[in-house]
Amino acid sequence: MSAGRAQATRLGATPAALERAFREERAAVLATLIRHVGDFQLAEDALQDAFAAALVSWPRDGVPANPGAWITTVSRRRAIDRIRRARSLADRTERLAALVRLDSQEPPSVSEESAVADDRLRLIFTCCHPALAMPARVALTLRTLGGLSTGEVARAFLVSEPTMGKRIVRAKSKIADAHIPYRVPPDHELPDRLQGVLKVVYLIFNEGYAAAEGPRLARVELSSEAIRLGRLLAKLMPDDAEVLGLLALMLLHDARRGARVDASGDYLALNEQDRSRWDLGAIREGQRLLEAAIRLRRPGSYQLQAAITALHVQAPDVEETDWRQIAELYGALARLSPSPVVELNRAVAVAFASGPSDGLALLAPLLDDSRLEGYQPLHAAHAELLRRAGDDVGAERAYERAIALSANAVERAELERRREGLAHPPRTG
Amino acid sequence: MPRYMLLLYADEPDPKEREERDAELPAWQQFTDSLREAGLFLGADRLHPVGSATTVRVRNGETEVLDGPFAVTKEYLGGYYLLECADLDEALKQAARVPLARYGSVEVRPVAEIALPEAADDETEAAP
Repeated sequence: MSAGRAQATRLGATPAALERAFREERAAVLATLIRHVGDFQLAEDALQDAFAAALVSWPRDGVPANPGAWITTVSRRRAIDRIRRARSLADRTERLAALVRLDSQEPPSVSEESAVADDRLRLIFTCCHPALAMPARVALTLRTLGGLSTGEVARAFLVSEPTMGKRIVRAKSKIADAHIPYRVPPDHELPDRLQGVLKVVYLIFNEGYAAAEGPRLARVELSSEAIRLGRLLAKLMPDDAEVLGLLALMLLHDARRGARVDASGDYLALNEQDRSRWDLGAIREGQRLLEAAIRLRRPGSYQLQAAITALHVQAPDVEETDWRQIAELYGALARLSPSPVVELNRAVAVAFASGPSDGLALLAPLLDDSRLEGYQPLHAAHAELLRRAGDDVGAERAYERAIALSANAVERAELERRREGLAHPPRTG
Repeated sequence: MPRYMLLLYADEPDPKEREERDAELPAWQQFTDSLREAGLFLGADRLHPVGSATTVRVRNGETEVLDGPFAVTKEYLGGYYLLECADLDEALKQAARVPLARYGSVEVRPVAEIALPEAADDETEAAP
């Protein structure tokens, strides 16, 4: 017990610190509690009560051998207390009876045990329900499954804590008032709804990965959070190829995080990165997951993106990259989920694989698209391909355009450097 | 079971569109029949065009009567369905089947179930 007591003392002196230390348990207990009490807010309040109780008893008696079970029991009892006090609840008597029955069942029945196994999936699908706006889905997922505090979520998304608090409360009220179901969608809806869940997780990852502004540390944590969610999904749905594909994609990107910035904090392109700073363990895990996903023979856009990233990671440098295969993968991606960004990447890969003129041919329809007039990466790539094709005059014009569209000083300096390198440098005016 | 109001909003049709929409009446009938068969149907009505609307407000005891709708927007409330559904997913599924959803918008609103005050307390409410 003394080890448990020492552990409890180290955990910190606030319920928030304790919730964080037991975040895995917290999410699992919350997920089951929501099913039992049928109410998000009530479940969260009862859980917070339980952590406050733990703060008193764990440093005194030591951390229990099974903290999750301890928190489950205490929060269920606190929920019973809260329901007894809530006189306005319409179905109060039925809810109480069900909870009291559960409380007297130790150990839990077999049917209850199998229901518990699905609770976190129920929670994920409810937090990512399409009837909630995307920012609400992201916030709710981070708050309830990631166990981030409202303040942490607010800082990561650069909004004030009251704003984020309102967003989360509003989402929870809508779940209750509109009766958003607490369940894993039926099979015929599952692929669509799962896409929605994966989109939320990937968006959280990218918020952290592309953190270009604001308190960078708070945001980088979002990438780790997304990977944690990806691992949870992969554990709960091990037979879904896209779930594995997304986790692989995130790991392969994240493995290069440390090498993406130089000593002064500027971003480095892939070919400028110090590859010895890549996280080889994460790369191997990503590759293993990707192989497992491909074996399931259900191709999807996350697997394709992971495969492209894996080819970049495997190549010793830009010249020896398997551009032909990357171009093919982008082609497959364009057929599956067409977008100008995918087309642009395909054109660049084709240019590396079979020469700039083939790449330029693929760029032509994008350059005719008026919606992409202000899309800086298109003009930067156009300039680069024209330069390599030997059309310095055209390249000059395209660089001008890309430079004018650059929002970022580092990027602008790099484009200017390349423009200066043209055979007929512009007359500076 | 929770109740949901499906509010049907669409542009006021020009005469040609009016004709096209009137031709869809069998589809509406079919939809309504299927709701009845599934035991979800509580009520539905189509409203006269917005030109027939009158808006009433009482301010400081004075009754104001205005010719026209409460808010001038592009899409107007043209009718409603009142359904009883297991949950929001069911309500959204039915909303997507409303013939108007293909050219207008269906707003799904949960009905607030007001709990009546309990007459007496049960034994769980022992005095502290």
